[in-house]
Amino acid sequence: MSQPTTKASVNDFVVKFANVNGSGSASANNLFAKSILRMGIPVACRNIFPSNIQGLPTWYEVRVSEAGWLGRRGGVDLMVAMNPQTWDKDVASIDSGGYLFYDSSKPLPASKFRDDVTVIGMPITEICNKAYTDARQRQLFKNILYIGALSALLGIDPIEVEKLIGEEFRAKEKLIVPNVKAFLLGRDWAVANLADVDMRLKLERSGKVGDRIFIDGNSAAALGAIYGGATVCAWYPITPSTSVAEAYARYCKKLRTDPETGKARYAIVQAEDELASIGIVIGAGWNGARAFTCTSGPGISLMQEFLGLAYFAEIPSVVMNVQRGGPSTGMPTRTQQADILACAYASHGDTKHVLLFPQDPHESFEMSATAFDLADRLQTPVFLMLDLDIGMNDWVTQPLTWDDSRHLDRGKVMTREELDAGKEFGRYLDVDNDGIPYRTYPGTHPTRGAYFTRGTTKDRYARYSEEGPIYVDNMQRLLQKFETAKALVPRPVRTDAERQTQFGVIFFGSTAPAMAEALEGLREQDIHVNTLRLRAFPFDNDVDDFIADHAQVFVIEQNRDGQMRMLLVNECGVDPTKLISVLNYDGTPITARFITREIAEKVGVLKPIPLKKKVAR
Amino acid sequence: MTYLAKPRLHHPKLPANKLGYTRRDYEGTVSTLCAGCGHDSISAAIVQACFELDLPPHRIAKLSGIGCSSKTPTYFLGNSHGFNSVHGRMPSVLTGANLANRELVYMGVSGDGDSASIGFGQFAHAIRRGVNMVYVVMNNGVYGLTKGQFSATADKGSKSKRGVMNVDESVDMVGVALLLGATFVARSFSGDKEQLVPLLEAAILHEGAAFIDVISPCVAFNNHEGSTKSFDYVREHNEAVNRLDFMPPRAEITTQYEPGAVSEVVQHDGSVIRLRKLADDYDPHDRIAAMTYMQERQAAGEVVTGLLYVDPQPEDLHRNLNTVPVPLNQLGERELVPGAAALEQLNASLR
Ligand SMILES: Cc1ncc(C[n+]2csc(CCOP(=O)(O)OP(=O)(O)O)c2C)c(N)n1
Ligand code: SF4
Ligand SMILES: [Mg+2]
Repeated sequence: MSQPTTKASVNDFVVKFANVNGSGSASANNLFAKSILRMGIPVACRNIFPSNIQGLPTWYEVRVSEAGWLGRRGGVDLMVAMNPQTWDKDVASIDSGGYLFYDSSKPLPASKFRDDVTVIGMPITEICNKAYTDARQRQLFKNILYIGALSALLGIDPIEVEKLIGEEFRAKEKLIVPNVKAFLLGRDWAVANLADVDMRLKLERSGKVGDRIFIDGNSAAALGAIYGGATVCAWYPITPSTSVAEAYARYCKKLRTDPETGKARYAIVQAEDELASIGIVIGAGWNGARAFTCTSGPGISLMQEFLGLAYFAEIPSVVMNVQRGGPSTGMPTRTQQADILACAYASHGDTKHVLLFPQDPHESFEMSATAFDLADRLQTPVFLMLDLDIGMNDWVTQPLTWDDSRHLDRGKVMTREELDAGKEFGRYLDVDNDGIPYRTYPGTHPTRGAYFTRGTTKDRYARYSEEGPIYVDNMQRLLQKFETAKALVPRPVRTDAERQTQFGVIFFGSTAPAMAEALEGLREQDIHVNTLRLRAFPFDNDVDDFIADHAQVFVIEQNRDGQMRMLLVNECGVDPTKLISVLNYDGTPITARFITREIAEKVGVLKPIPLKKKVAR
Repeated sequence: MTYLAKPRLHHPKLPANKLGYTRRDYEGTVSTLCAGCGHDSISAAIVQACFELDLPPHRIAKLSGIGCSSKTPTYFLGNSHGFNSVHGRMPSVLTGANLANRELVYMGVSGDGDSASIGFGQFAHAIRRGVNMVYVVMNNGVYGLTKGQFSATADKGSKSKRGVMNVDESVDMVGVALLLGATFVARSFSGDKEQLVPLLEAAILHEGAAFIDVISPCVAFNNHEGSTKSFDYVREHNEAVNRLDFMPPRAEITTQYEPGAVSEVVQHDGSVIRLRKLADDYDPHDRIAAMTYMQERQAAGEVVTGLLYVDPQPEDLHRNLNTVPVPLNQLGERELVPGAAALEQLNASLR
């Protein structure tokens, strides 16, 4: 494959900002992305940040795509290099024919630049030092200044930027004018001084965003918890999951405060650790409230013992795992899909858990609400498998939707009336032959329906028993319940190529947008594949069928060991040689270019010899 | 070992409480603990306290961790929901249960290993948060269920049955509970029902974090000479600061005590704790003084028992979180789901 080069383009390129963490660049960069969005052009933004509060390098990548590709493409067309620490690497990463924008206040030797890249210098520090006396302003307005210049270079409508500044500082009005001034200072400077730059990357108003919204997956998942009826949230701070709890608190204040009394229809506890978080969730779930925790890999590790209890004692609970790079502290601020096995089989003994894999914030909302229904219906822990890419980046995504005729499914709960009517109650009795028993909430009835919950083995009436056959009976019922789950969890989505093909691709979660673009890239090379996007574990029969329908299936994942592939091999009983891993696990979100290249290469190698030729030989 | 149902033959002469329940209605299955285990006496005291308070058995939730002590919830309150959770983690499970339904009585049962060793953190944080509960530690200074290893409450210098010396400092759970803001702190002895039952009653009606450390000798592993948690040692060194009589709000106050020796504590719900003071200088309203007194007596080798501290107007977790008075698990869709229109507004703000 040829080296990618920057081509002249309208509304289709990648801008990357290289900044220093804590320098105030985040809000300026966000302003840049949002103003493009307001021009009706889809953008996909990704923050690549360090585990640090101030001083280390951070990057912000903005993919502009008229076609609506929302994954990472790979490569950079315009680098805004504001961090001397990472200069060499940043300059090297620009596609040939691309652009380098930098602060030219201090001269740099020619060896620091590239011949095949157009260099655009702007003496940002100098201009700021001249315009401002306050040290803080000098630093902060640097960022707004380069946004002003970029707006002139690329064709961002200044009206949109000014409107956004107005919205941003609605509560601190006196900041509006200085920010707008700084923006115009940068813009005017560029208009006067950069007129002869041959800028072939251009933005033009479009109508491709439609009614889509701009939101991060963690906020969407928190809203999903509110719509899913969750009243108890227990958590312990950990990147990248913290903003789930913070968003839940923020939205609850607005949506769950009793308008008359001002009292809370929710309870949030910042627990002392993840053991306590999941313990609180289990206690609340046992007692009939919908409860969840949000965490990341290290927290999942700490929760193992409790997760086994919840599985075995059959207690509804929801765990949102915003995955980051492991093992150990790993890459705490980078993304991965590397907790699949740790969650699917969490805890000691024989366990299996329900996992949901949202592909974007829209689905994070939807699946978050669904997780609470599933947890109650199946009386078991349910994992919402987010990752840092979906969770912490703002995505252009379909609006969140709620059908007012939708009801919360509280599952099989025996009521006081039913107990009074003499209905038989056995906590672990399989009445409906689906492996799911009935439960009662504590405090329901003075003389009936009380039972003892324990992590030790018990009979169908919840009585302690160490009898082998009774234990086996219970474990088999739990397996049957997992079979029942297959029909209740979100189905996978299959998309067939226009042409007949022997190649299939399985992917899931945040890989989805890059995969969509990669399909286009593959088609251009005359490579056709059918795809299956997994949305949940346990896998239903559609997954087995999809694998059976293809000679080779690529499984695309963001981890080292091909964990989903292992799960597929294990659970679907497929021939392992049929499943070929395509793995991206360097901590940055997978790119369309990577997927295209990997599949194209592998298909080239694998391409089966047509039957006729084989016979002729 | 399987479940042993207690014969449910109701003796016609068994006295009933105001709700018409007899003591039997508050019992559980037959205990499988060692004969003479202190924990069984505490179970009996819990049965008596709930019976005397006329509590509807199903309005109590009993939760425990793991250990011989944590097994006891099977042996009392058979008509209550129970939860035998994981080792050292009862406090978090109880906290979650309490958040879900603030109207039930939460009885947390634990051991010294469960609460002072593996679960020390959870114990501390549940107390700190002021979870409205009765937290009973059946304290025998050993791990009973795993056969006699030292727990963190074993006294420094004490010898195990096998003759091993404990060289680590011991954890005083009462001291920790006082330090972390428990609003009801007491210590008692499994062999002293007269003291323990009214303490349990007062703790149940206390609307905050109530902690009771009950010394409960382990006859299998910690009842030998030289053990400070043996029956003999505690009987000999028990320094009771007060004896109490407990009157729930509805009970008529009839008995009279000599003035001077009696002090009354009126709790938030109107219930009255009447302290017959044995130690003149003891004031259960002063947290700092209580801590000092405890330390002094302990240094003198005494085990101080009684109601050590009580705040008659406690705050609890729900109050601090400002939750609605209706139990969260009873809120309906209308109160929980904001609906499509609210979501549309949110969408609009995100464009
Ligand atoms: C995670 C875990 N580690 C170890 C054990 C084994 N274990 C069971 S009970 C117990 C000690 C119980 O001691 P204590 O709480 O004092 O109760 P007692 O039996 O003395 O009443 C231990 C270590 C366990 N159940 N779980
Ligand atoms: S081992 Fe000790 S604590 Fe356990 S039941 Fe026997 S006497 Fe009680
Ligand atoms: Mg013990």
